[in-house]
Amino acid sequence: MEYIIIFISAVFVNNILLSQFLGVCPFLGVSNKVSTAAGMSGAVVFVIAVSTLVTYLLQYYVLVPLGIEFMQTVAFILVIAALVQMVEIILKKISPSLYQALGIFLPLITTNCAVLGVALIVVSKEFTFGSEPHMLNLAESVAYATASAIGFGLAMVLFAGLREQLELANVPKVFKGAPIALITAGILALAFMGFAGLV
Amino acid sequence: MNRLKNILKGIITDNPTFVLILGMCPTLGTTTSAINGLGMGLATMSVLILSNMVISMISGLIPSKVRIPAYIVVIAAFVTVVQLVMQAYTPGLYETLGLFIPLIVVNCIVLGRAEAFASKNGVAASALDGIIIGLGFSLSLTVIGFVRELLGSGSIFGFKLIDADGILVFVLAPGAFIVLGYLMVLFNKLKTKIS
Repeated sequence: MEYIIIFISAVFVNNILLSQFLGVCPFLGVSNKVSTAAGMSGAVVFVIAVSTLVTYLLQYYVLVPLGIEFMQTVAFILVIAALVQMVEIILKKISPSLYQALGIFLPLITTNCAVLGVALIVVSKEFTFGSEPHMLNLAESVAYATASAIGFGLAMVLFAGLREQLELANVPKVFKGAPIALITAGILALAFMGFAGLV
Repeated sequence: MNRLKNILKGIITDNPTFVLILGMCPTLGTTTSAINGLGMGLATMSVLILSNMVISMISGLIPSKVRIPAYIVVIAAFVTVVQLVMQAYTPGLYETLGLFIPLIVVNCIVLGRAEAFASKNGVAASALDGIIIGLGFSLSLTVIGFVRELLGSGSIFGFKLIDADGILVFVLAPGAFIVLGYLMVLFNKLKTKIS
């Protein structure tokens, strides 16, 4: 039950893109086509899940015992950068077809703030799921991270669909490009607000 | 004259927010009021100036293959410094900006300037570039925060104008996207008018 609540809350209610503004750069940058948006989302889900697992272990088994929590930002970003690189190399060896599909998006993910953002949220925020507030344990952390990333993917694919339609619309010149995309994103965020209070 | 042109470039023609569309996450996430936008802008600006200076000093020593990770480490170190300073001296602002302070590390503006400008120029020029780009960023964030605060809670820099609630949606997430979208339209319009 707890995991279902985590999932619904991370995907719909507290969508990282539309309510917490993490990962807006790729959201605006690579959302011109549904297929590229889906590819990017796949890569993001994978990287967020793995990196949260690693940064969680790093936080509780290295940084906290040594009393160097202030190194959190430096350590996390290094781990994420190394991990993205490693995922790229492993994927190239094991599954060339998947690498072909995700390859170009992987280097972009290091600077996707959703990855670092989720890793930091997981170790710094108290959550209330049913019982009293508590810090997430390892399994819950990975579940929360994966669900957040799926929420990112959902918003991304929906938005790409909307933008494909916008291509055909007759938009005034000053609204072309980013402005109309942002206003569309605003309306999509309004729609997602309807989920508030669901959990 | 040339210097003035450079300053105008950072603030208007190459404005990081409205023209280059970089660093969108803090732009949307922290501008619930003018003062929060300004705070975020200044925090980013200090990181930008410091990291630009250090990167321009060390860029000759770093092999080009590992330069990006090296830049990120320098930026992350200064972000940590700014984070600790803010926690000590402006705890209120630190609390409201929250997650977005460590996320300055992945702000594309900072890494972008390191790669495009600081690695190829001297220390003084890089510091000046940090100031100009930082000013452009702070100004845009303050303007967005100003509009959202005015519409969303009916106040300016925390001073209540009307004794009523504003249009709440502008303080919430959708309002951020919509306000930024319309401000960009206004900016485009102004730019075509000028040129």
